[in-house]
Amino acid sequence: MTPPHAGGEAFLQARELSKSFFGVKVLKEVGFTLDKGEVLGLVGENGSGKSTAMNILGGIHQPDSGQMTLAGKPYRPTGPKDAQRAGLAFIHQELNLFENLSIEENVFISGFPKRRGLPLINRRKIGKETKRLLDLVDLGHPPGTRVGKLSQGERQLVEIAKALGFDAKVIIFDEPTTSLSRRESEKLFTIVGRLKAQGIGVIYISHILGDVLRVCDSVQVLRDGAVAGGGPRASMSIDKIISMMVGRKIGNLFPPRESHPGEVVLDVAGLTQPGVVKDVSLSLRSGEVLGVSGLMGAGRSELARILFGLDPFKSGTITVEREPLENPSPEICMARGLAFLTEDRRAEGLLMEASIRDNVALSSLNSYARGLSHRLSWPKLDRDVAEVSDKVKVNTSDYIRMLVKHLSGGNQQKVVFAKWLLRQPSIFILDEPTRGIDVGAKLEVYKIINQLVLDGAAILFISSEMEELIGMCDRIMVMNRGEVTGFHERGDFDGERILETAMSVGLREPEQADRKER
Amino acid sequence: MPIDAAETPVDTKVEIPKVRAFRRLLERLILSEYLVFYITGVYFLIVWPIVPEIASFSSLRNILTDMLPLLVVAIGQTFVLIVAGIDLSVTGVIAMASVVGASIMTSDGGYLQGSALAIPVGIIAFLVVGGLIGGFNGWCVTRLNMPPIIVTLTGMMFLGGAAIWFTKAHSPTSSIAGLPRAFVAIGGGTFAGVPIALFVAIAVVVVAHFLLSQTVFGRWLYAIGINPKAAKVSGVPVDKAILWAFVISGVCAAITSMLLTGRLETGTPVLGQRILLDIIAAVVIGGTSLAGGKGKIIWTVGGVLFLVTIDASLKLLGSSLFIVFAVKGGVILLAVGLDAMRQRILARGSG
Repeated sequence: MTPPHAGGEAFLQARELSKSFFGVKVLKEVGFTLDKGEVLGLVGENGSGKSTAMNILGGIHQPDSGQMTLAGKPYRPTGPKDAQRAGLAFIHQELNLFENLSIEENVFISGFPKRRGLPLINRRKIGKETKRLLDLVDLGHPPGTRVGKLSQGERQLVEIAKALGFDAKVIIFDEPTTSLSRRESEKLFTIVGRLKAQGIGVIYISHILGDVLRVCDSVQVLRDGAVAGGGPRASMSIDKIISMMVGRKIGNLFPPRESHPGEVVLDVAGLTQPGVVKDVSLSLRSGEVLGVSGLMGAGRSELARILFGLDPFKSGTITVEREPLENPSPEICMARGLAFLTEDRRAEGLLMEASIRDNVALSSLNSYARGLSHRLSWPKLDRDVAEVSDKVKVNTSDYIRMLVKHLSGGNQQKVVFAKWLLRQPSIFILDEPTRGIDVGAKLEVYKIINQLVLDGAAILFISSEMEELIGMCDRIMVMNRGEVTGFHERGDFDGERILETAMSVGLREPEQADRKER
Repeated sequence: MPIDAAETPVDTKVEIPKVRAFRRLLERLILSEYLVFYITGVYFLIVWPIVPEIASFSSLRNILTDMLPLLVVAIGQTFVLIVAGIDLSVTGVIAMASVVGASIMTSDGGYLQGSALAIPVGIIAFLVVGGLIGGFNGWCVTRLNMPPIIVTLTGMMFLGGAAIWFTKAHSPTSSIAGLPRAFVAIGGGTFAGVPIALFVAIAVVVVAHFLLSQTVFGRWLYAIGINPKAAKVSGVPVDKAILWAFVISGVCAAITSMLLTGRLETGTPVLGQRILLDIIAAVVIGGTSLAGGKGKIIWTVGGVLFLVTIDASLKLLGSSLFIVFAVKGGVILLAVGLDAMRQRILARGSG
């Protein structure tokens, strides 16, 4: 994109920012400009470099090369405090508020005004000042209200008030509306309009393109760490943005596989849990990979957790190999042939402080137990653990002593695969199986998946990477705010259309109901 | 780094290899999972010249018999600590089981006074009291999601009071005496010169060690202690296993209660009142982590041995009770400090 203010007059300017992590270039000469009172929309898929760019702006990372200027002066923050001092405020998706403290305490958390000469907080002053700030964002609660009692939207307003409290000149919103109701979003847009009128520059990051086009004066699209395009709002459309986001053709990263789907092994009908998923129906065949696409918060992981018996559901049925699955719990689901690779492998997938063997064996212990006391048969267990770990190519030979925390991300994920493979399940639920692992390890994960499918397993493949879904799946199901909004067949895959179905809420709600396929 | 300096081949100085070897040995000792045994040994060797009596047969025998009740209850505690819990109610269990069991067996108006069933039923009553209280603790922790420290702390207070009330309802004095000879032998008697309590304790050690190291249940406990969420996703019946850990702790406390009640020949509500800290300290000094996921029965044996050795030495030195407390506190702090140092060395080695 050629910046509209090539002369360098813009209030905030970033030029040719580049950044690498561990030799991987995540940001390639990205630049943007922001005027006072301008709203700049920043869009791109996960991993496109948006957050890295914002982290550089916020002083969390330092760029390898490139410069930034703020109000005509060079701007080189080395930490979040520098950014705040310079007048930049970040309003994150996960709000950084202390729920146990009051609004006023949150607003002043980074510097309480003291009573003169005493180490005591000047309560009256912060109360008065907070009241003034809350009026600016139309929040009527008394400053002493505990933040825990506020709704998501109200909390966001508190964050904005906090930013106004230290006189922010630039406010950066990261996915501000994902957890807001429609009405709360409308209110937010009004406030953004007001910030604009006050001459505050706003960077608005969002997946919801309809919102972006509505509130932003100009849009910039990032893809693979580089600027893919952009321009003033008048020149942009949703279709145009999406084609910029998806861009390149799917490469050869995905090993080819023949697909011969068999019997339906997992059938879900009308699965509903209020506030989480609504009327989800799907059927999964053996020898098939069914992809699940959607934005963060679309209910994909939640669906997976319900299917594996970790979370409850209110109505609907789950059928596994023609038998209904009643009162599912992980133990019951495992007995019925399900396996679940969780999204967060550190928190839920692995025992980081335990050995590879202990991790791989964990789900299968009962099959190696003998007699009344359930005594373990170690030699057999060790042999099988070694065999299955070799099969997925875990890169070490010391399974018994090597702790999982010392392995690379890719190897850790292989350990999780090995854990489930040892049980020989027939249905795999994979939630972001390649998150945070390098390209080589990704390829190996794809190979494992393909082998499983060839052996007749059925796979529910949740991923936020469109290319991965297109490259690996036989069908792709799209979810949006807890509902299934479409199915796409292989051969008919079109990244732009899939993204459209994933992002469509609020934008074209009436159409979407018609398009729902079953 | 000093280690690098020692590692460079230096030909002029002869003592360098020796220093290096000594440092290696020291690090190996500190890193050893049986560190507490070495410390106990060193402590013993230091105290020996000061109070030679400590090595006498009767003193050693005292150390052994003092150790047994503490060991059994500490073993139960080890199970709970491995799942990242804690069981402070054990002293309450010891008191309650003592008076309930005694009320059945006593010849002063016991429920089964003089009956042939008195002793077996009495023993079962001990175990049932322990198992039920442990089960209740586990139920509160798993079903009601209450923090173990609060559940068992209040349990300790409640049971302490309830045991006194129970005693008053069954005896004019503050304890229940008149226990059958055969029962008393469990705590104080000998068989072929060996204390019967030793057989009981060895049985508990063997069963507990087997459970933890050889069975599926044991693997589950460690997995839960390291990461309960991952354990749940992997199909481990997390709640059930935690519940059983508390039941085991309760039953072990009840066995300890039996040993102590037998030794005193009376059921009393003040039994075990002062040993709560010793129990936790012994397990932790042995190397079991309060954060869960790490612990072994043999470590707990070492921790108990260490504490009891200190106790015995201080008694022989003629120290008064408050000095015993002060010294014990200091030594425990030292031992825990050494463990922290060990963790640092381990982290360095792996980093």
